[in-house]
Amino acid sequence: MNLSANLTALNTLRTTPIVDIKAENDTVKTFTMKDKLCAKAKPGQFIMLWIPGVDEIPLSVLNAGNGEVSVSVKAVGDATRHLHDMKTGGIVGVRGPFGTCFTESRGRVLLIGGGTGTAPLLFLAKRLAAKADRLSFVIGAKTKNELLFLNDLGSVCSEESVLATTEDGSYGLKCLATEPLEKLFDKEKFNLIYTCGPERMVRKVYDMTEKRKIALEASLERLMRCGIGLCGSCVIGKYRVCRDGPVFTAAQLSEVKDEFGVSRLGFDGSRIQP
Amino acid sequence: MNNNLLNVNIAGLQLGNPTALASGILGYTGDIMQAVAENGAGAVVTKSVGVNPRMGYANPTVVQAKSGLINAMGLPNPGINEYIEEIKYAKSILQVPLIVSVYGYSADEYALAAKKAAAAGADAVELNVSCPHVKYTGSEIGGNPKLLRDVVCKVKAEMNKPVIVKLSPNVTDIVELADVAAKAGADALTVINTVRAMAIDVETTLPVLTNIRGGLSGPAIKPIALRCVYDISECVKTPIMGCGGITDWRDAVEFLLAGASAVQIGTAIAMEAPSVFQDINCGLTDYLKRKGYRSVNELVGKSHRA
Repeated sequence: MNLSANLTALNTLRTTPIVDIKAENDTVKTFTMKDKLCAKAKPGQFIMLWIPGVDEIPLSVLNAGNGEVSVSVKAVGDATRHLHDMKTGGIVGVRGPFGTCFTESRGRVLLIGGGTGTAPLLFLAKRLAAKADRLSFVIGAKTKNELLFLNDLGSVCSEESVLATTEDGSYGLKCLATEPLEKLFDKEKFNLIYTCGPERMVRKVYDMTEKRKIALEASLERLMRCGIGLCGSCVIGKYRVCRDGPVFTAAQLSEVKDEFGVSRLGFDGSRIQP
Repeated sequence: MNNNLLNVNIAGLQLGNPTALASGILGYTGDIMQAVAENGAGAVVTKSVGVNPRMGYANPTVVQAKSGLINAMGLPNPGINEYIEEIKYAKSILQVPLIVSVYGYSADEYALAAKKAAAAGADAVELNVSCPHVKYTGSEIGGNPKLLRDVVCKVKAEMNKPVIVKLSPNVTDIVELADVAAKAGADALTVINTVRAMAIDVETTLPVLTNIRGGLSGPAIKPIALRCVYDISECVKTPIMGCGGITDWRDAVEFLLAGASAVQIGTAIAMEAPSVFQDINCGLTDYLKRKGYRSVNELVGKSHRA
């Protein structure tokens, strides 16, 4: 299949029932849909989810396989609250999967997830478990209740290689997810580091890994509309996050330093804080 | 591409090749337009900018059709006052002409946005009198001969940079409107904007686009656009930028033969890749050499029988 035919298939809206809903905490639910194409998503890729009559939003894939795809959604706005009110059997639309994926590295790897940014990293960790020599995970959130997938992470990595941080100290270390990194870097030599989460956190991780010349792949988030590299809503420098990303290498991020962690485009195309 | 075969002059703009980025595609920032230029575009057209900011419509704003895309973005833009800085930055890095697309709800608004864009450094403006999905502007102006004449005359009177008028196919007679724009002083015409369209999901029984109606682009509309270019070039002498579903060099050659002096490309950037400009320029060069032409300009209008 050529590029155009392939993209046409991925981009065609498929309506499909929600087959499972799982509450992860008070504000995050995981939704599972049947879709053959999205079931082939790789860690780091995203899908566009249509909540009929309300909105269509980009979501990182939490899990894919066996004809199904799962995404974790935090209720933050109109669209996500409508989705949270939906029941199993409710119809949604999907497009995708779109975008770049994480490289599945061998050797020693570290994953750093903030908030719902942990979702694509858990998906990646499951795939890496068979390949990498050793998986370490740093997971950060504002408070204990927002630390997602702790149990799943404990079973994918060994429990002692999962380090949790909370801003209020209600679980694990009382600090930001970036705080324990220097010590970890001193202790261990990582082949590759992966990160996803709030952009200021991701930028901090980038600055730290650049200083120590450690390879990094980071997933970025932007306002997305078309999801296929057409509308320009998600551009960062010369890149389209939906098409050239969302997973970028440190070398790519170095080319967009002026915007990375600094600004993004709002709904009207004006530059706002990330 | 440094290749004399492909040089064209349209509306006083010198283009290194006859391909340009169509309005509405990517064109928010100087950096992304420069990336498109590095992929071989001979000129770039920005997203449409008005006097005031607009958020655009809620998603879905784009839906896939069998041979194209239907979009109703809703003219999202930061407003000309904020966009001035982006125009200045874009001009400081671009090596190709920068065409700023403007829209308005009155002749005065078009003229104000155009004047500010030109003052900020735009090499030309393109008047969006053809957006098919926003009320009281776009095709509601471009489809009305009197309003169209007023807008083009007013913009021409208030600035001295080239004025390109982008026409809608959603009219009874596009040639009549092309003639109105030409007589009002348009330096070039872009032919065509998207074809009004919609999509419905059968499971939910709902229209997919939040705005219900949008505009169809891509290969599905290429034959329509080609016919519009052919008809207009028979009757109107103003140079034409052909636009609509151009995906490869053969499509580009067809538009040139129909009477376009240059072409604009949009949907193919997503459905193929930004390198579509390079690919078309390479194919065009090979074609010209194979056929013994010395310039791409020799193709313009060649399919019209005497």
